[in-house]
Amino acid sequence: MSVLLFTIIVLLGAFLAGLLGSLTGLGGGVIIIPLLTLALGVDIHYAIGASIVSVIATSSGSAAAYVKEGITNIRIGMFLEIATTVGAVCGAIVAVYLNANYIAIIFGCILIFSAVMTLKKKVDHSTLDDSDKWANFFRLNGSYPDKGIEHKYAVKNVPGGFLMMLFAGTLSGLLGIGSGALKVIAMDNIMRLPFKVSTTTSNFMMGVTAAASAVVYLHRGQIDPGIAMPVCIGVLTGASLGSKVLLKAKTDKLKIVFAIVVTFLALQMIYKGISGL
Amino acid sequence: MSIEKKQNLNDKDIQVILGTLLRSGVIISMSIVLIGGAIFLVHNQGSITDYKVFKPELSSFSSIAAIFKGVLTFRGDAVIQFGILMLIFTPIARIVFAIFSFLIERDYLYVLIGFIILAIITISLNGGLAH
Repeated sequence: MSVLLFTIIVLLGAFLAGLLGSLTGLGGGVIIIPLLTLALGVDIHYAIGASIVSVIATSSGSAAAYVKEGITNIRIGMFLEIATTVGAVCGAIVAVYLNANYIAIIFGCILIFSAVMTLKKKVDHSTLDDSDKWANFFRLNGSYPDKGIEHKYAVKNVPGGFLMMLFAGTLSGLLGIGSGALKVIAMDNIMRLPFKVSTTTSNFMMGVTAAASAVVYLHRGQIDPGIAMPVCIGVLTGASLGSKVLLKAKTDKLKIVFAIVVTFLALQMIYKGISGL
Repeated sequence: MSIEKKQNLNDKDIQVILGTLLRSGVIISMSIVLIGGAIFLVHNQGSITDYKVFKPELSSFSSIAAIFKGVLTFRGDAVIQFGILMLIFTPIARIVFAIFSFLIERDYLYVLIGFIILAIITISLNGGLAH
């Protein structure tokens, strides 16, 4: 394939991945990687390197808006970034030594898990019980504005959330994705944050987490300009369009259709991985 | 009361500056990637891609020093890689800024946390772990 044709195909695919990723809340990275590996035969190491760059671009772009609105809890974000960056660096190092087939299998499993998570009804676990001593020591309890009213919230089970973030960071570094689904579990279910705070704070953390693994990938030669360029431009433009449409569109049906497609892609990646062992 | 109000104002300012920093980082670095992409396509449009097998030894811009050297030659792939490097540095710059703002707020615990994150990234940046 010529460079021009390859760039155009990847650009279009990445645009679609970014658009659907932001509409469904799944993220662009988890879609662009199967697209590159299954449809274009790109080695998964290159696909991961390109994807992590697009994760930095989209998360920093959307975090900019959320931070200005004052919903993001910067303290929680920075505190948990210790866990995600340590995880990310470890994950990225492990990825270097791991056979591409194993990475494909793990990726497929996480993809199915993320698809299921987008379909699950969210239950608000937020609490006002501010007795957690870790949360008080690190001053994690806070409030966020919603329609002009400040809503207070308290944080629970900080060590549990920290451990889950370590795991989320490791997968992010290993697979080149934002692993938003896992981060939201850690913050919604374990630390019991309100949705608005957990989703925006997870987004805020993604950029630093991805940057930590991206530097490892860069040194390893996994970030190839020829792939990373169309991927990050495409995903970013798709995701910004998606976030504008998102406010108006109903995405319930889209999520179901998309979860099926993603599960199909995931099974193919797992199959390819297993047959390549 | 007045101290609390000042603190709130401070927090709001910090949030706005942080947001602007992130947004301009993304816009600047993506513009560089776009320019690099245009140069790259003009020079290489006819060549054949080969990404079937991961060949790290073929990558010519896999260190910060190599990227800086390459960008002076205006080679398309080097300019793209420079833009990507800027993008990687955007969230890192955000941490540096957060350290300063916590220092102003005299929240030394979070200054320390910021330095820990920076240290983790610096260790991996040095490539000591990557080889």
